[in-house]
Amino acid sequence: MAHAAVHDDHHDAHDHKPQGFLHRWLFTTNHKDIGTLYLVFALVMFLTGGSMAMIIRAELFQPGMQLVQPEFFNEMTTVHALVMIFGAVMPAFVGLGNWMIPLQVGAPDMALPRMNNWSFWILPFAFTLLISSLFMPGAGPQGGWTLYPPLSLQGGNSVAFVIFAIHMMGISSIMGAINIIATILNMRAPGMDLLKMPIFVWSWLITAFLLIAVMPVLAGAVTMLLTDKYFGTSFFNAAGGGDPVMFQHIFWFFGHPEVYIMILPAFGIVSEIIPTFARKPLFGYQAMIYAIASIAFLSFIVWAHHMFTVGMPLGGELYFMYATMLIAIPTGVKVFNWVTTMWEGSMTFETPMLFAIAFVILFTIGGFSGLMLAIVPADFQYHDTYFVVAHFHYVLVTGAIFAIMASVYYWLPKWCGNMYSERWGKIHFWMSVISVNVLFFPQHFLGLAGMPRRIPDYNVAFADFNMVSSIGGFWFGASQLLFVGVVIHAVYFSKNRATSRVWEGARGLEWTVPSPAPHHTFSEPPKIDNSMLAHGDVTH
Amino acid sequence: MKSTTDQHEVVKPVKHDSRGIARAALWVVAASFLFGFAMVPIYRIACEHVLGIKMSAEAADAAQVALMTVDESRTVVVEFVASVNSKLPWTFKAEKSRIEVHPGALTEVWFDATNQSAGAIVGNAVPSVAPSEASPYFNKTECFCFTAQTLDAGESRRMPVRFVVDPQLPKGTTTLTLSYTFYANELETKQLAFAQPSVDGVAKN
Repeated sequence: MAHAAVHDDHHDAHDHKPQGFLHRWLFTTNHKDIGTLYLVFALVMFLTGGSMAMIIRAELFQPGMQLVQPEFFNEMTTVHALVMIFGAVMPAFVGLGNWMIPLQVGAPDMALPRMNNWSFWILPFAFTLLISSLFMPGAGPQGGWTLYPPLSLQGGNSVAFVIFAIHMMGISSIMGAINIIATILNMRAPGMDLLKMPIFVWSWLITAFLLIAVMPVLAGAVTMLLTDKYFGTSFFNAAGGGDPVMFQHIFWFFGHPEVYIMILPAFGIVSEIIPTFARKPLFGYQAMIYAIASIAFLSFIVWAHHMFTVGMPLGGELYFMYATMLIAIPTGVKVFNWVTTMWEGSMTFETPMLFAIAFVILFTIGGFSGLMLAIVPADFQYHDTYFVVAHFHYVLVTGAIFAIMASVYYWLPKWCGNMYSERWGKIHFWMSVISVNVLFFPQHFLGLAGMPRRIPDYNVAFADFNMVSSIGGFWFGASQLLFVGVVIHAVYFSKNRATSRVWEGARGLEWTVPSPAPHHTFSEPPKIDNSMLAHGDVTH
Repeated sequence: MKSTTDQHEVVKPVKHDSRGIARAALWVVAASFLFGFAMVPIYRIACEHVLGIKMSAEAADAAQVALMTVDESRTVVVEFVASVNSKLPWTFKAEKSRIEVHPGALTEVWFDATNQSAGAIVGNAVPSVAPSEASPYFNKTECFCFTAQTLDAGESRRMPVRFVVDPQLPKGTTTLTLSYTFYANELETKQLAFAQPSVDGVAKN
């Protein structure tokens, strides 16, 4: 507290950073520092979850049990998912939001800076709790990240640690979301009307509403699991009159909006990058916003498509099938608008643009396999097979992760003041985009042929495609070390100074401050020059 | 749009407003947390009243069942499935795996359970009818699932189920499956062991 007060006194002095490591990072209330913390944390978690994926792919390299025990394999699939979702993708987006939202709307900082500090610093504790569950007597969590009872409650006490970790991650995301809502609604510079806001800010505003609406539902669901295991309740316990299927309904009521929480900010990022490198304003700015809002609304009413095989009445299956397919319409609007933005543009293909284009193509493939899964009679064949694994990795790896990488390449010069190595960035891109398809595309075939997910051993009939997929996996994993190298080189060693505009076609307030962005920006609200805004009504 | 501009010309109230937004957002958070728990009764209501799935395992109203007339023109196959949860050391099976009945006719079938362990155990059977839309038409007047069953070490029991299929059963439904899963009632088993610690041992040896 005392430190924060001292820190406040120095607000006027630009670039007067607090001295000392603890002072600078542990007690920070600065949106840029907290954004950096989130992004570094997300990178560490990405590598942690990635290492678990390497173990999974190594075991699946050949049929038979080679390297690990089946129980450990199940722990890896469970914790890989939790780490990647709650530790890598979500914190990366919150970090980007922290860094960029105040810069893009002309605010001096986030609206609630101390809460911002708190929402970050809960995370390392949450993940220590989660990962420590792997080392507990009675084994770690093995029931999958969806924690379906009764399976998830049949293990040891590690499930309690997972549940408390999820509670903490939830509190962190809710605080982050509240902060973003307050910042966007309250801290915009004069003249930055809602419909002049950059699309990334819009996508985060809608995502933040999703977060505060569904994270508490997950907290409720896991709390019920906890009381079922330790306090004798029977929410999901059939022996006591409960219903395990009800857990799936509550979980996916959270879970489906959650998957959009992990993709909407990616839509925002890509909608920033494509206009910059196509040197054209975003096509259909307002349509893009309405599309994001429609997708967010639809996400609340389609949850049961994750559980078509539980024995739903036919009417329910038909409703959830058609409602799910409806999502393809606003998503299609977005894809066509990205393509139309590029149409007749003066395009150049720097690394952020390459990742953004790969996002558009590969995310669309993931969207199509999602449509296939939405078809009820077909889903009975695909359910719980590698086809599902391929689908959600296309939308999350080549979707969310590729967008995050695009955004890092796009904004890194603004953050650290140096250009990354374009040559190595491009090598990283091509390595990633080829290997990720070698990794995940064969999994479609495996799933269609009937290989179930979450198994450490498989029929020899699936051997060849699994080997191909594993080779792609190791290749993709190794490529990400290149990414770490490119970022470290740019931050510490690059001699190539970035200009404040960085990219020739860049528009928006974040490019009006110097590179690297000073510790304090927009202490005086900026004058909004409509012609320099990337998006919004004014450019159309 | 104008109001946004006005808001920012006054610098001080901005911080106050942020707290107001945070407070409003916290109300949303609290409401969603409660909604998560509200889904428990909502789920039950939706199943019973919207989707027509019978959730209760209680005995059917005998007077109502008596009023049903037997529909000799129609035959429905009723299948029986008996399973035991892995934590309960019992065997449990249906004496017949399937029978053909006329809707409206009172039918009796028998199930056999045996306690394979060396101690008395209380078990509860949880019934389920498939397809779920047909569950409101399946009426049990007598069932071992209405109460907890206590079996001493090694004891076997033959248990009846009497049921009537409602003649209103939709025409398209030709087969019904009644399945039971026996679960250990851990609480009552513990209480039983506490109440009569030596009796079982003496009686069985």
